[in-house]
Amino acid sequence: MTLSANSVAWAAGGSEILKDVSLTVETGEFLGIIGPNGSGKTSLMSLLAGLRTPKSGSVLLDGVPIGSLGRRAVAQRLALVEQQAETGERITARQAVELGRTPYVGTLSPWSPKDDRIVDGALESVDMAHLAERSWHTLSGGERQRLHIARALAQQPEILLLDEPTNHLDIGHQISLLDLVHQQDLTVVAALHDLNHAALFCDRIAVLEEGRVVALGEPRAVLTEERIRTVFGVDVEIEQDDGGICNIRFLTRRAHRRAPVRQGRRNLSAMEA
Amino acid sequence: MSRTLTSFGRTGAAFAALAILLIALWLGAAIGETAIPFSTVAQTVANRLWNAGYPLEPIDEGIIWSYRLSRAVVAASCGAALALSGTVLQSLLRNPLADPYILGISAGASTGAVSVAILGVGAGFLTMPLGAFLGAVIAFVLVSILAVKAGRGTAAIILAGVAGSQLFNALTSFIVTKAATAEQARGIMFWLLGNLSGVRWPDAWLAVPAALAGLVICLLHARALDAFTFGSESAASLGISVRRTYLVLVGAAAMMTAAMVSIVGSIGFVGLVIPHAARMLVGVRHGVLLPASALIGAVFMIVADILSRTLIPGQVLPIGVITALVGAPAFALILGQKRARA
Repeated sequence: MTLSANSVAWAAGGSEILKDVSLTVETGEFLGIIGPNGSGKTSLMSLLAGLRTPKSGSVLLDGVPIGSLGRRAVAQRLALVEQQAETGERITARQAVELGRTPYVGTLSPWSPKDDRIVDGALESVDMAHLAERSWHTLSGGERQRLHIARALAQQPEILLLDEPTNHLDIGHQISLLDLVHQQDLTVVAALHDLNHAALFCDRIAVLEEGRVVALGEPRAVLTEERIRTVFGVDVEIEQDDGGICNIRFLTRRAHRRAPVRQGRRNLSAMEA
Repeated sequence: MSRTLTSFGRTGAAFAALAILLIALWLGAAIGETAIPFSTVAQTVANRLWNAGYPLEPIDEGIIWSYRLSRAVVAASCGAALALSGTVLQSLLRNPLADPYILGISAGASTGAVSVAILGVGAGFLTMPLGAFLGAVIAFVLVSILAVKAGRGTAAIILAGVAGSQLFNALTSFIVTKAATAEQARGIMFWLLGNLSGVRWPDAWLAVPAALAGLVICLLHARALDAFTFGSESAASLGISVRRTYLVLVGAAAMMTAAMVSIVGSIGFVGLVIPHAARMLVGVRHGVLLPASALIGAVFMIVADILSRTLIPGQVLPIGVITALVGAPAFALILGQKRARA
């Protein structure tokens, strides 16, 4: 099972969001997509999920254009967890996970005990089995996001696409959610905000800047002080531990700001004098 | 729900629903200005359906068969269809205030009806119900075009519906104030609020198939509707063909509503509130919610019709007035209880 984007472009509202993006997701890897806000991460995720048709170029699932496969067939092989999908309906945690069986059940193949078992398994693997009967709106953001992951697992996909799955979660939940995903025996593509998380969990990282992939490779090779400065506009110090995992320290913001402010004050006092 | 409802339980529930519906129809036929014993109702039905040959007063038999039973059957179909349409639209558009009339259908139907009844459009071959149906379809098509032009998203559909409704309501008012006599205006007013008085069996032959076909189409899409719980993007990623589902289900809701409005006028409240009541009673799974909505809508409408005929002796109230007058407090009660339990 391979998923690849071949020089895809995407535009919305007259502005180009993605330009000539090519990447191939290797089987079994955890591919991170990082980039500043508005660099096109979410658009790329929905193109990879086949939810949108690229303006040019193509997204291929096992060599076949994803748009030419039926939506049901795609959903059986590829699951997407969106940023913060919410509902006003009074559903239970378990019902939210049961939605993951949608691509498999139908008029001719009704809900079966096997589906129940898969849903149970998915709930257990995100450690939410004990909250299965709780109603959705009583759950915390972290619990809801775990349920979205469980829903995606219930789809029994080979590829899991995650769009900033840890947004709005506290740091403990962020780490445990990514760890949970990492433990699954799946190919994962995740748009991530936190560079250290990307360094910690990803096998490879793609860096998006203004709709283009400007780097693609192992975290060590991609996450350099120079690149983070040019793409994100922040100064960092990168240390590598014994395992080769990068540790990124952000230094500059404060140091940068302090100087002009002091200068401003000095000018002000000069004027007063 | 998949765990608690075995196939045995489902069959049982279906029979219980059918029994409730038959009892409601029976009540609808028996209760009225002249109360007719339940046994007579049963004998009439037996006479008409199986030529049972019970000796009955022809007047009683006539009232039951030609007047009350046809009326109850149409009321049930209408209630079921409106409640189903409301449920489907609320789920698809993810808006609790969506109802069957949000698509401009009742406004278009009114314009169609007054065009025929007052302006005399298509005189001779267009009847008022047919005019209402055509008006509903034209309005729905216009609203759909506007919604597509306005861009993606559920807000576009709702805004287009509001704009369309305003336009057609204004047209209706314009025609009524410009051309109608006081008598005609009163008649139209009565029709706009919903009216089952003129209903006979030929109307049932339109209403029943429309409601049943709508129910079947909606039930076939129950899982797809569930998948819209987290929005249309999420539904698409669960393997639902969003565009096709919208087209089929909004189309089905529009056709059901147009058919019902053309027969009985625009009866408010049912399509908006019954789906909420049903959700509170049976939950949000559409496999159960859709039939429950249809049943509650049908029974509610039969009861409303009985009340409209009997509340003030010698006078029939518009059924739309009853649905809101009875329905609003009943709904308030359900809301309050839900609060207390939660």
